[in-house]
Amino acid sequence: MPARLRKAALPYLLLLPGLGWLLLFFAIPLLYMAVESLKTGTIDTGFRLTWEFSNYTNALSDYSEQFVRSFEYAGLATAISLLIGYPLAYVIAFRGGRYRNALLLLVIVPFFVTYLIRTLSWETILSDSGIVVNTLQTVGIVSGDGRLLDTTVSVVAGITYNFLPFMILPLYASLERIDGRLLEAGYDLYGRRRDVFLRVTLPLSMPGVVAGVLLTFIPAAGDFINAELLGTPRQFMIGNVIQSRYLEVADYPTAAALSFLLMAFMLVLVVIWARIAGTEALLGTEGERR
Amino acid sequence: MTLRRRGIDWLLNAYAGLALVYLLVPIAVIVVFSFNNPIGRFNFIWQDFSLDAWKHPFAVQGVGDALKTSLEIAALSTVGATILGTLTALALVRYEFKGRAPVNFFIFIPLATPEVVLGAALLSQFLNLGTPQLGFATILIAHIMFNLSFVVITVRSRLIGFDRSLEEAAQDLGATPWETFRLVTLPLIMPGVISAALLAFALSIDDFVITNFNSGSTITFPLFIWGAARVAIPPQIYVIATMIFLFTVAVMILTVWQQRRAEKMAAVRPDDAEPPLGPPEPAFAQRAAA
Repeated sequence: MPARLRKAALPYLLLLPGLGWLLLFFAIPLLYMAVESLKTGTIDTGFRLTWEFSNYTNALSDYSEQFVRSFEYAGLATAISLLIGYPLAYVIAFRGGRYRNALLLLVIVPFFVTYLIRTLSWETILSDSGIVVNTLQTVGIVSGDGRLLDTTVSVVAGITYNFLPFMILPLYASLERIDGRLLEAGYDLYGRRRDVFLRVTLPLSMPGVVAGVLLTFIPAAGDFINAELLGTPRQFMIGNVIQSRYLEVADYPTAAALSFLLMAFMLVLVVIWARIAGTEALLGTEGERR
Repeated sequence: MTLRRRGIDWLLNAYAGLALVYLLVPIAVIVVFSFNNPIGRFNFIWQDFSLDAWKHPFAVQGVGDALKTSLEIAALSTVGATILGTLTALALVRYEFKGRAPVNFFIFIPLATPEVVLGAALLSQFLNLGTPQLGFATILIAHIMFNLSFVVITVRSRLIGFDRSLEEAAQDLGATPWETFRLVTLPLIMPGVISAALLAFALSIDDFVITNFNSGSTITFPLFIWGAARVAIPPQIYVIATMIFLFTVAVMILTVWQQRRAEKMAAVRPDDAEPPLGPPEPAFAQRAAA
């Protein structure tokens, strides 16, 4: 092969294995699932492709409650994460000094413990005769026989906790990048602290907010572990339905249709978000050669 | 005014401190409860201090095998995903070619897809094809798939800002392209590759949702916990979680320390007016930049 041609082919050769893998085990499976979602039948009689588009409308109407709940819980958890995460990321970025990396390490410490065990730990913390419930009962926030486990509170608390680092890290990354001279300029121009924060720091940290919201919301809306371990069927989210339709009931068409609906909602959100944030910030591709 | 400012400063720091406590308390609970001597099948209420579980961490039947399977899959999928992902990242950052923007987007989609959907889609494909049998191989395939995008993004963030003149210098001095890659490019991007590999390992060993769809009768550590969570949670599970936790922290600290040493050594070079790779960025910050 002539050298020039070889050079032109090189990037494609480098891409081939990785993209091939994603094509075979991510893209094509989605096609299989698309076909699955249009079938009718049962596990005993077998499934046949009948282009049953009503699977989608049925799935949506049967499980609209769980869909709405998923987005409510995920939205709530994302908002709380932002409220908890922003000040923490701010303090680490601007006041962490030489302890910055150590503090960041503390933020990702929860990742070092298996997800399921983190959630079991919340089950321990919120359990009926645990310290938290007892204290809240004494103070009178929770009634004498009230509980936290198996309620909306425990599920949202678990989701918030499990995805909080996904919020904090991008926030930190964008806050840390802010040029201190810009803030000084703000103060030199007699900006009060609130003004400097609202007009300089906050706008400059928006890419972090955008990425953090996305990284928190997506896994949160698809989660089913928190609802399963910390809740009851009354707190079940769309993830619970998909996993039980697939693995317990073997109702593949409904499960596949639900998966696509969930993915469609997510993609719509991502696209809206990309509109606000710009694709470059979202994909992290700024700074590449062009 | 100054007093008020100081008050606000103090409040902000305290708030950030509380946020850190929120992140760390559940982890502390796990460590503490690994020394519990629970009555009954669940380790939710503190009874007595006991070292029994620590003396016999693998006394619970099946947990040792599950952990072994998890470690094997994590190691293999890390190697696979790191190689494929690094090649992909090289192609994306180093070369201009037709279709780079869509490829960037394609790599991003798995990250924006809920895990339930990734798992369900892959299962649809395996069910339809009938091969391979669900088990070790299918879990491995799935893990390489979901790790790939994370590796690409982590390595890419390291490659951006890479000083290409070093490679040109090597070529001018008569190095073949392969020698240039092996002796110049690879050592320079190594910190990014290591970060990516660590991340892939952590994600793999922690994964429950995707594995649950594609495991057949093979049991990994998270699957074992899931099964146990409904029946009995012996303190041994908390012991193993604590062990994994301590091990990960040790590896993390060692890597950060090693990278800092390498960067210090690089900074000793006489011609180093400007370090070639920019300021050191911890692995987690790079992930966040995704």
